[in-house]
Amino acid sequence: MDFVNAIILLLNYIFVPALAYGSQLALGAIFVTLIYGILRFANFATGDMMSFGTMFVILFTFYFQSVGISFGVLPTALLAIPFGIIFMVGYMLIVDKLVFKYYRINKSPPVQLAMVSIGVMFVTQAVVRIIIGPSDRRFFDGEKFLIKAGEFKEMTGLNEGLAIKSTQVITIIVTLILVSTLFWFLNKTKTGKSMRAYSDNEDLALLSGIDPKKIVMITWVIAGILATIGGALYGLDKSFKPFTYFNNMLPIFAAAIVGGIGNPFGAFLGGYVIAFSEILLTYAYRKFFMYVLPESMEPDGLIQLLSTDYKFAVSFSILVIVLLYRPLGIFKGKVL
Amino acid sequence: MRKNLNVIAAYSIMMGLIILVGIFQSWNIALSIFNLCLISAVMTMGANIQWGYAGLINFGIMGFTALGGLAAVLISVDPVQEAWSAGGFNILFSLFLIIAMVLAVRYILKNYKKSKNRTYIVAAIIILGIVIIRFISEPGIEAIEGVNPAKTGFLGGLGLPIIFSWVVGAFFAGGLAFVIGKVALGLRADYLAIATLLISEIVIAIIKHEDWLTRGVKNVIGLKRPAPYEVNLQQTDWFISLVEKFNSSKLNLITDLTERQATLNQLVIEGSSVFVKLCYSGLFLVVVIILLILTQKALYSPWGRMMRAIRDNEEAANAMGKNVVKQHLLIFVLGSAIVGIAGAMLVTQDGLFTPGSYRPLRYTFLIWVMVIIGGSGNNFGAILGGFVVWFLWIEAAPIGLYLVNLTTAGLDDTHFLKVHLIESVPYFRFLMMGVGLLVIMRYRPKGILPEKIEIK
Repeated sequence: MDFVNAIILLLNYIFVPALAYGSQLALGAIFVTLIYGILRFANFATGDMMSFGTMFVILFTFYFQSVGISFGVLPTALLAIPFGIIFMVGYMLIVDKLVFKYYRINKSPPVQLAMVSIGVMFVTQAVVRIIIGPSDRRFFDGEKFLIKAGEFKEMTGLNEGLAIKSTQVITIIVTLILVSTLFWFLNKTKTGKSMRAYSDNEDLALLSGIDPKKIVMITWVIAGILATIGGALYGLDKSFKPFTYFNNMLPIFAAAIVGGIGNPFGAFLGGYVIAFSEILLTYAYRKFFMYVLPESMEPDGLIQLLSTDYKFAVSFSILVIVLLYRPLGIFKGKVL
Repeated sequence: MRKNLNVIAAYSIMMGLIILVGIFQSWNIALSIFNLCLISAVMTMGANIQWGYAGLINFGIMGFTALGGLAAVLISVDPVQEAWSAGGFNILFSLFLIIAMVLAVRYILKNYKKSKNRTYIVAAIIILGIVIIRFISEPGIEAIEGVNPAKTGFLGGLGLPIIFSWVVGAFFAGGLAFVIGKVALGLRADYLAIATLLISEIVIAIIKHEDWLTRGVKNVIGLKRPAPYEVNLQQTDWFISLVEKFNSSKLNLITDLTERQATLNQLVIEGSSVFVKLCYSGLFLVVVIILLILTQKALYSPWGRMMRAIRDNEEAANAMGKNVVKQHLLIFVLGSAIVGIAGAMLVTQDGLFTPGSYRPLRYTFLIWVMVIIGGSGNNFGAILGGFVVWFLWIEAAPIGLYLVNLTTAGLDDTHFLKVHLIESVPYFRFLMMGVGLLVIMRYRPKGILPEKIEIK
């Protein structure tokens, strides 16, 4: 029985949260990787673009709530996401036309594009803060828990409860659907294949009659979808604060590079690698060992490898190690 | 003279703007803007050496700034004897163990051939080492943090004058840059940017959470000053008579003695803080000028030519027998060390060390905006960038407020749009920075004062 309790403990505090957090990171990481693979620059505006999309989702959610539209037990935000995506994609296409296009046509070095993306980051950040303000916003409604800790205890008669938030389940399901559609699109459709070809070798792709304008546009559309959904899911699960979104850019970059930048599947897995290692290394295992070990050997410390303050530092250290030993990432990146 | 005309013009305009602030707002504000402009200028010089001279991207400026600040704390704060006796031994022993561990790993890496076993042994040493070090350091850390936690709770520093920390800060930052450079300089440009950004976050995480060393988010306040204290100044005779002399015309108009005394007191209080700021300005100006002379000399030396050759064509420079890897490392260390000086200067000026305030937007990206806007590769440009951008960063709110009032003049004062816009005036600075950066990058990609290479 103790053993089952220990497993439930790990599921509750490590597995489920890490899976949800990892999914949110994965969406962001695929966004980074797509931009890197096709448009060929590191996008430092990632976090702020995600907060921009989320902002529209929140605004629409508030609007829907005020006119009384709801989605039953599911959060209203899910209804608002498509509208958020429309605005987000529009914004991205405008930014591309006004800013990035010029450098792409001039074949500027990637570093210059990265610098430009910092300018976009500043502007996006300002726009988000001017429109919705810098404060913390919660826009979750509907049923909060799928399984409550207390109910679970009653149901199974165990000591440990397993609480599963509905946002966690939604996050994981939406991520899986979105990512599998994306992979199907990239691998099976003609447009997806031409995107991969373009990412692999631009000149050859152009020679074989692939229209670069179309590729770039589709990339921004997909990126907008990923950014909005990723941001909205994170905001639903935790809360929306522009500053947090800016900071989230860092683990997202880590996930993209760990997975091999330019490789969407690697980015997808990279998100989970980062999330799991962050949580595994900073969890206090005391209770787990109390269940597993006999009473005489009970530990007195917290058995925590690193304090939770170092959560971010963990993912960055992993990144540094990966960069040292496998600069191309665990799943060798470079092409889609 | 003529070819430097634009430099002189740009700097005169900048100085004129600061003087205008002095006349219309107050000299206190003008001088605090000027001081931070000088500190920003040191930072941009550091970044400019790396980016402008050698083409290396360093997005870790925040980390080096924070290390410089840490140096200011470790040099100037008096040592906390109790804490040293409580846990000093454990800390020193852990430090010794860390060094031993690094040496052991180095020895193994050097003397044994690459194999699976070697990797396992190295990993085992590191993991075992970390466990042992934690085991030893933990009671020490707890003891140190337990000593009077409201006031100290850390080891303190050496108790030396804070000015020494400017040099030590440079060494701290340079040391970190050496380690980072060894690890990351082989990476491609954008990878290097991301790696340095993340490493600087790690540095901040350590500074924030190792309370025994830095007091962490509890901050260290009341650091020693290289300049006199306002309170002391207000009581010294020569200063009062100085203020009297400066304002004699104004004071002579007042005939009533008590009123005259009250006005003088007010003037002395205002004057003292201006005087202190002027002291800082003098100190900072000396640093900026020394660095400027050194960097200019370096730029036009054979070494500077070599760096440009490496920047413009790494492979060709390599083929000419220049050691690209070594020079990159050198310049990375030098640039970061200068940023470290700026970090120490910043903490010296503020008189307090707040690890929580180090954020990448302010200490990394803003500095980069300065370098790009000012003109990378040109020291005068980089310094000007520091001045212009910091000036705008501070004055953006008043300018934004003015613009909002102008555009919404037709609206009622309680109109929700106007209220909302006035509330969000502080964020106009982000907008200005972003738009400024984008415009400069598009229409004047080499910055306000572009790089000019004279062949003498």
